[in-house]
Amino acid sequence: MPDGRSTYDSSTREPTRMPLIKNGILVEDHFETIADDAPFPTNGSIVSLARFHKDRETLLARNALLGVRLKSGESPEALGEDVLRLSVIVLEFPKFRDGRAFSWARMLRTRLGFTGEIRAVGHFLYDQLAFMHRVGIDAFEVPENITLPEFHRALGEMTDVYQPSADGRKTIRQLRAGA
Amino acid sequence: MYRYDEFDARFVKERVAQFRYQVERRLSGELTEDEFKPLRLMNGLYLQLHAYMLRIAVPYGTLSARQLRMLAHIARKYDKGYGHFTTRQNIQFNWPKLVDVPDILDDLATVEMHALQTSGNCIRNVTADHFAGAAADEIEDPRPIAEIIRQWSSLHPEFSYLPRKFKIAVGGAAHDRAALKFHDVAVEIVKNDAGETGYRVYAGGGMGRTPYVGHVVGDFVAKTDILAFLEAVMRVYNQSGRRDNIYKARIKILVNALGPEEMRRQVEREFAEIKTGGTLEVPAEEIARITDYFAPPKFEPLSDASPEFEAARNADANFRAWSDINLSTHRAPGYSIVTISLKPIGGVPGDASHEQLDALADLMDQFGIAEIRVSHEQNLVLPHVRKKDLPAIHTRLAELGLATANAGLVTDIIACPGLDYCDLANARSIPIAQRLSERFADLKRQRDIGELKIKISGCINACGHHHAGHIGILGVDKKGVEFYQLQLGGSGAEDASIGEILGPGFGEHEIVDAVERVVDTYLEKREGSERFLDTVRRLGLEPFKERAYAGWAFHI
Repeated sequence: MPDGRSTYDSSTREPTRMPLIKNGILVEDHFETIADDAPFPTNGSIVSLARFHKDRETLLARNALLGVRLKSGESPEALGEDVLRLSVIVLEFPKFRDGRAFSWARMLRTRLGFTGEIRAVGHFLYDQLAFMHRVGIDAFEVPENITLPEFHRALGEMTDVYQPSADGRKTIRQLRAGA
Repeated sequence: MYRYDEFDARFVKERVAQFRYQVERRLSGELTEDEFKPLRLMNGLYLQLHAYMLRIAVPYGTLSARQLRMLAHIARKYDKGYGHFTTRQNIQFNWPKLVDVPDILDDLATVEMHALQTSGNCIRNVTADHFAGAAADEIEDPRPIAEIIRQWSSLHPEFSYLPRKFKIAVGGAAHDRAALKFHDVAVEIVKNDAGETGYRVYAGGGMGRTPYVGHVVGDFVAKTDILAFLEAVMRVYNQSGRRDNIYKARIKILVNALGPEEMRRQVEREFAEIKTGGTLEVPAEEIARITDYFAPPKFEPLSDASPEFEAARNADANFRAWSDINLSTHRAPGYSIVTISLKPIGGVPGDASHEQLDALADLMDQFGIAEIRVSHEQNLVLPHVRKKDLPAIHTRLAELGLATANAGLVTDIIACPGLDYCDLANARSIPIAQRLSERFADLKRQRDIGELKIKISGCINACGHHHAGHIGILGVDKKGVEFYQLQLGGSGAEDASIGEILGPGFGEHEIVDAVERVVDTYLEKREGSERFLDTVRRLGLEPFKERAYAGWAFHI
């Protein structure tokens, strides 16, 4: 990605929307976050956990892509087996110090077997991107100061890792053993 | 001791580069202080009252001579010529400049050292019994597993933004020298009925404003499963630990809110799942590989009695006293464990000058001593010393001002930096330690008093471990005036207990007298060979209280 902006067409997006990096490139956000009392749009919707619980039947019956947005205190386990019917799970970082979503992401990938998009939104720092990526977050609603080159720089700061996580990377122990 | 391979070396180097970039962004204003704070803390950098403070990790308290020399160099070049050893076996420098810190870290990396996770809401530097590998009462050296935990916890992606800091200690002996039950998690090496070694895991111990003794959450965790088990504990904590109140955010609050049984149940559930995944299993070969690094030196086949040692004891009363007090039983005949007191009478507990650090490194080389330890009691330890070398070593230590004979005695005081350095403190700790040390300076009297651990904290955060002191002293602020509360009956050892508050605080000029009256009460009331702690436990606080507040009945 030479300039970091080439795949991002700002003209088609609302000015208030933040850039979305998914799988390492800037992408168009096809989802709409829906307020709890708003009607659903025809394209993909992201609803709160409360709305999901309230309108579960209707939401799952619709032939549309669906996402649920979890607050940092809401465990993905609250979604039960429905989790596998979702396309996107949005994890909120209310402030960067709140690290619960790191565990939620890892739980989604390893315990619940979720393979859809896990999107981070809210307040997080450049310095957390590599950790977020490791636990299984693959989409990032980034502030303007995190450009695509910066994003990739963050992910590449540490060559190796000591512990397994949801990214399937070989650990230093495995590399030592020549695995 | 552990030596870095290319992976460890690159990891630390890249981590320094990462921090250098963070400092650049702070200096350019891209990062706010609020954002920079947790980042610098995870690299051991605090902002204190007068300056930055850099806390350097000494994993499980083990240092080589080469590393000591580097610490001396840093003290000289970037600081005011001294360093301060902490109650978590680390060393702190109190006067570095922010712009110099990445260079200091680069210097440290050349001797396989770093400041990783010495602060912040992450898994902190792992501590261990400072007599590891030398103690006669040890089941197994705790350092290999401490090193395995260190590696697993380094830049852990899931557990670097925990509700609060997380301290892990490892011990493997009958006598607990690592204050295991006062840690967020402790790993104790134990043997089961079949004679196999495994780990008993405690969770929820801690000091601070709500002290708790830890609960057993794993009775016998297999060695290969220890990381899976720890990860399970961490996950329960990261998901459910409180984040709404900094004072209720440690795992001890969670464990006690859930109850130990429910905590165990949740941990078991996570553990079962992580174990199934298998990726965190530590293969036996890996444990063996790491253990090899900690193989003890080849002990010479010596007889336990050393004529040189006995001759010096008969010839030199100072040596005799020092060898009575500062030596501990080594597992190999003809060897001894030496505690080098960093508590000279009237000195600052835990401080060492660059000259002393360099000279200790020379002494280690001269006597073929490969490693030195930092104890959580803020002393240094030479773990493997031939008894016949002790007279010469003592002579040299005395020249360096490092031969104070007081290990475990009343003047071997633990104290936090207190209001002299720390911006959290309510009161000064160091001057109180100094005055107590002067008051009890007489060695004959100290020996008569026997084992007595005084621990001083300058605020409720309890960095000076006052809850675990036989006599604990807590500095408090009352309308801008420093007061000191006394607590009696705490212990950080295998008989862990939390001290009880004696009564209202004493003024700065009263506290030393009050401690002396408490000690005098013990001397009068003790029976047989009772330690101070035993007498307090037998009699309760009343007789001590009566005497300590004699003449100020109106206070009680």
